Amino acid sequence: MLKREVAKRVFALEFRESNMAFKEHDDQYAPQYLLTPTGAKCNRIFIVGTLTEKEDVGTNTEYWRARVTDPTGSFLIYAGQYQPEAAQALSSIEPPQFVAVVGKPNTYEIGGEIVTSVRPESIQIVDADTYDLWILDTARQTLQRLKRLDEGSEDVTKAKEHYSPNIGHYKQMVLDALKTLSKGAEEVSVIDLSEI
Amino acid sequence: MVRDIAEQLKARFSEMGVEVPLEEIEKKLDVLINEFRVPIEEAKRSVVSQYVRAPKSADLVKVKDIQSEGRWVSLKAKVVQLWPSESESIAQAGLIGDETGTIKFTKWAKSDLPLVEENRCYMFKNVVTDEWQGRYNVKLSRSTEIIPLEEDIEVGSLVEEVMGAIVDIQSGSGLIKRCELCNRALVKGSCGEHGKVEGIYDLRIKGVIDDGKIVQDILLNREIVEMLIGITLDEAKEMAAEALDQSVVLDAFKEKLIGRYFSIKGPRVGRYVLVEDIKSAPKISDQEVKKLITETEAL
Repeated sequence: MLKREVAKRVFALEFRESNMAFKEHDDQYAPQYLLTPTGAKCNRIFIVGTLTEKEDVGTNTEYWRARVTDPTGSFLIYAGQYQPEAAQALSSIEPPQFVAVVGKPNTYEIGGEIVTSVRPESIQIVDADTYDLWILDTARQTLQRLKRLDEGSEDVTKAKEHYSPNIGHYKQMVLDALKTLSKGAEEVSVIDLSEI
Repeated sequence: MVRDIAEQLKARFSEMGVEVPLEEIEKKLDVLINEFRVPIEEAKRSVVSQYVRAPKSADLVKVKDIQSEGRWVSLKAKVVQLWPSESESIAQAGLIGDETGTIKFTKWAKSDLPLVEENRCYMFKNVVTDEWQGRYNVKLSRSTEIIPLEEDIEVGSLVEEVMGAIVDIQSGSGLIKRCELCNRALVKGSCGEHGKVEGIYDLRIKGVIDDGKIVQDILLNREIVEMLIGITLDEAKEMAAEALDQSVVLDAFKEKLIGRYFSIKGPRVGRYVLVEDIKSAPKISDQEVKKLITETEAL
């Protein structure tokens, strides 16, 4: 039996900056992967974010294009007749709304540039706590990948050769995401005036 | 000088998964070199062989007997599951098990051991036990020997814990019917063994939990489903009757579970964990966030 692929956690910014799609075998049924700049080899991803826009761009049949944002940017989501459950969900959910998306990374070319998008397997409405959990989870897993960039594993080597990733850039991305969660960071200390 | 050598050896030991206090190594070296005037190379060799070469053949134990770290043991076990390797220093990792339970194993790339296969049984000679976050695991190193076995080992259940997001709920979940004679789930109203039967209603969820590193199939029985979703079997039957469609129950389950974080606990049976306890993941804490910010800044 074919093993189910793990759903990787990547932020929108890193996903957008990915453009290396490949298969490990020539077989037409071989799984397709997207390798990200920090070396996440994604056949499936798990996203939680805010559905901010949706539009039916289909001509004869419904074909939904939607945008799901996280603290670092946005994911493009396309769902048509071959993703009936996700398409159904998109037709009924009104933005803005927190959603969880499980789906497959997809790449296509526009004017010589490779654009990434997600072909959803499922889209569900979730709450703000789930969004927080996802940001923390994704920050942690991205940080782990950044720490492993100096190792010579196959995925990392490939990612480094292809992207020459700027570690500072992705470190800042993780920090920016985490700072949206930190309640204490932005606060100024409050002086109790009644004591004076 | 003895200290330098001791530090060298300590580093070498920890690479092999053996943690030995520096003082202990230093003392042994000191006795050999200074008291018994053993040449340095010989002294090193002697200390290395005391720690690294496990006893000719470590005690054969059962998984449940592994209750301490740093112990050399041998196990007769089946490879239950292999996980994708997380690091170039690890050749293989996963779960092995015997009649008494399962345990995580890590096989170092440096060990040069043959690859093991899922569902095959092996004698793992001389593995060293280790502990991580309160749970034991075993490390396979250069001193380990792996011997394939012909016999089959029935793997017993041990409680597994996973914290992750539920990413899928599979068909055969929701409001289902079981055969009144053998309890098998009916497929299109018919039992694989007894053919067309009336059937009894039941609730069940076959799902997948995913932590970004591993995926785990999970099974939730009626009791757990009722508690988790807050819908009883009778209410589920009513929902289905009202909608003239059984799938509304499944949709309701999906809505409450997919894309959310849970921690689950239960015994492993085959590829499934039979969930006995499931909780929504606790809200994130400011402390966790700050810790991760500090860790990121230090990069």
